[in-house]
Amino acid sequence: MRLSRDFARVLVIWVVASAIATPVVAIFLTPDLPPGIATDDAAGQQVDNEVLTAVATPVVLLIVIFLAYVLIVFRQQGSAIEEGPRVYGHAGAQTVWIVASTAIVLGLFAFGTFRLLEAGAAGGGQGPSPLSPLHAVGGESVLPVQVIGQQWQFTYRYPTYDGLQTPHLVLPVGRPVELHVTSLDVVHSFWAYGLGVKADANPGVDNVAYVKPSRVGTFDVRCAELCGIWHGYMFDTGRVVGERSFEAWIKDQQRIFAPVQKYLPPYSDTYLPAPQGRAG
Amino acid sequence: MSRFARRLVGFNLLTAVVLAVAGYLFGAWLGDRISAAPSLAYVAETGENDVSLVLGYLLGVVGFLVGLGAANYPIRRVLGYPPSLPQPEADGIGRYFRFFPDHKVVGLQYLVGVGLFFFIAGVNAMLIRLELLRPEQSIFPPDKYLTVVGLHGSMMMGVMTSAVLGPFGNYLVPLMIGARRSAFPRLEALSFWLLVAADVILLTAVALGGFQTGWTGYAPLSGQGAYGIDAYLCFFALIGLSMTLLGLNLTATVVTMRASGLGWGRLPIFVWGVVTTAAMMVLAAPVLIVALLLVLLDRTAQTSFFVQSLGGSSYLFENLFWFFGHPEVYLLALPGMGILLQLLPVFTRKPLWGYRLAVAGMLGIALISFTVWQHHLFVSGLAADLRPFYMLSTELISIPTGFVFVAALGTLWAGRIRLTVPMLFCLAWIFNFLIGGLTGIYQSDVPSDVTAHGSFFVLAHFHYTIMGGLVFTFFAAVYYWLPKMTGYALSERWGKVHFWLMFLGFNSTFLPLFVVGLLGMPRRVVTYPERFEFLNAWASISAFVLGFSMLVFLANLVYSLLIARTPAEENPWHSTSVEWQTSSPPPPHNFDRVPVIGDPHDYGIAPAGSSP
Repeated sequence: MRLSRDFARVLVIWVVASAIATPVVAIFLTPDLPPGIATDDAAGQQVDNEVLTAVATPVVLLIVIFLAYVLIVFRQQGSAIEEGPRVYGHAGAQTVWIVASTAIVLGLFAFGTFRLLEAGAAGGGQGPSPLSPLHAVGGESVLPVQVIGQQWQFTYRYPTYDGLQTPHLVLPVGRPVELHVTSLDVVHSFWAYGLGVKADANPGVDNVAYVKPSRVGTFDVRCAELCGIWHGYMFDTGRVVGERSFEAWIKDQQRIFAPVQKYLPPYSDTYLPAPQGRAG
Repeated sequence: MSRFARRLVGFNLLTAVVLAVAGYLFGAWLGDRISAAPSLAYVAETGENDVSLVLGYLLGVVGFLVGLGAANYPIRRVLGYPPSLPQPEADGIGRYFRFFPDHKVVGLQYLVGVGLFFFIAGVNAMLIRLELLRPEQSIFPPDKYLTVVGLHGSMMMGVMTSAVLGPFGNYLVPLMIGARRSAFPRLEALSFWLLVAADVILLTAVALGGFQTGWTGYAPLSGQGAYGIDAYLCFFALIGLSMTLLGLNLTATVVTMRASGLGWGRLPIFVWGVVTTAAMMVLAAPVLIVALLLVLLDRTAQTSFFVQSLGGSSYLFENLFWFFGHPEVYLLALPGMGILLQLLPVFTRKPLWGYRLAVAGMLGIALISFTVWQHHLFVSGLAADLRPFYMLSTELISIPTGFVFVAALGTLWAGRIRLTVPMLFCLAWIFNFLIGGLTGIYQSDVPSDVTAHGSFFVLAHFHYTIMGGLVFTFFAAVYYWLPKMTGYALSERWGKVHFWLMFLGFNSTFLPLFVVGLLGMPRRVVTYPERFEFLNAWASISAFVLGFSMLVFLANLVYSLLIARTPAEENPWHSTSVEWQTSSPPPPHNFDRVPVIGDPHDYGIAPAGSSP
């Protein structure tokens, strides 16, 4: 039977190629995947990216090898129209395909849910009242920081330091941080790339994201939701510093911004200024 | 009065334009009279009154449609006169510029309309890549750049939803099911002219200060913008209406007008692709219309559906928009799958492998697509604890999508494969959609989506599914069916040049953009860090190659249809499906005798003496 020999060949090529390529991808390529390992969240997301890439590798290989084989072996030369075999399907092959794809999908779902709920890889907006207990780190050491999006910059408030508001984001290393993201006007999205955090800033909403920086360094902050004309310029750089430099920085900021601090509204989860648009 | 002048009087495009302008002026005047303008500070400050502009657009569209003659039939019936139906046998080029309820005329109107707006939106894409050649803002000021981005996105979304159903659905479905017309021919004509009106309105935004919201038009940002936003909102609402009517007509046609004996289990697979899409349009597009009407009410009647401090919610718009928007991206995928599976058997000379599985796949995609919309809102904080559910529903869609893949692969297996131009475009679908589908998994996985969301990764992903999927099969359909529709053959050689430039240009443009996104570049920015310059410049230059491939196509079209005019063979692809059993182009009544429709399983030349 020629066909089954062809099929066996495709299978063998695929198995060999996958056996070589998948470990190569997993070992050499994926450890450098974004968003890096500067925080527990970022490292967790990197694991997800690694696993998904490793799972995708044999799937890509299957389709590409199949296509290449078919186009080389079954391509018809000459101009005569020759009829192919009248095969309408194959119950066994279809069953294998359905079972395998369902298993992969359910496996990915179970994996993703575990990573989201248990492994602390969420990094995104957990909403105003996160139910999942594992995300609420709790304890004395948690540092709440409020991220306020407005056209076209982010400002940050530190409620445990008398509601200090500054245009810079500095976080202490090794301490769990609770980011409270809100907006004063339109929808923004707070994207701290190296932290592995992205959380939408909606007016009137307190969107919480947890992160624990594990390395000292800098990270990019960008707005990831179109927020008007200067959206492309809504970026700055944040820093993760040691605990003592952090305290020193806070003191410094308190001194610098003391003159304007008294004009700020009292710290609150959300702020609702008057509408600025044509609506309402 | 000369004969020519007499032909200009009547219900035609000229009258429509005149009445559209009159309607606009009357609406604008009325809006100025009735609005509470003096009480609104911004009206005095900017001299812009949204009530007046929106009423102008509304009555302008009404005038346009009345001028075309869209209202003749209902008015005559209401007044008790017998209906005067246009002669379907009417000939000549003039019928393409009229409200003409014939599915083949509307199909060709759609093909030209979709092509024109695709071209305009494509030029905008070239302008975007021109700006992104350099990291710093270089050609456009930020507001102009965002207008270009918004025009590209909105116009593409507006025409792509109808890109297959409009031309090929309207033209071919009645032929494929053995019908002489569609179920609601006047709705069919109306859906096309609404598309035209909508796109013209969108283009007026350029003269009205543009719009800086992108195609998603999130509130409350859309509450801030100037006149241009009204143009965007009216455009998209009209597109929604056009989609609803298009879907309604095609669904009704397939449900009620199949030739006797053509049961659901024997329907050509392309018709399945169309009917699943059409049904989804009917269910999803009205939600879009509602969402945009609410924004229009916010901007004109001063309601506050989306103003947080007055009790509204920015989440409401996101929910409504994506409740439409996610089924929408699958209704951009299904027609392409239909074309793919319809054409593969022809060029492998084999019956479709796993017909039932493929149909189950299309139905599965259509059903599940209504349950996934909040995966656009994974980081929004909205219903955060439901994220595992949306992760599951999103990933479940890969199962029915896999059915379509395996049907395609099974059909190729052991076939007699001929690499014609339509076949090349179909094979490209398999590769492109594979990349598009697998990168979708990264965004369904919440932790991975934290990086991908709102970045160039998402952008590359949906260009792989929409451009790599839908647009490639759209061109397959053009090369495959244009000889049927026009009676002229297209040049195969130039088709192959077009294909290879487009395939290589496309992949070379969008593969690097996945990397750019993962490295941290958000969408819709006019500037980016210098470290992304090489990849962006690479993508831009590749995009120009991609753009050039469209010019090759255009040249092929002009050369083949206007200059060479080689008559197409009666059945150039040796297809056995029904639409090729009638002449090219088909007679106005489609079939002299309604054909007995064979089994879609069958392929190739039936043995002599056997009947299908």
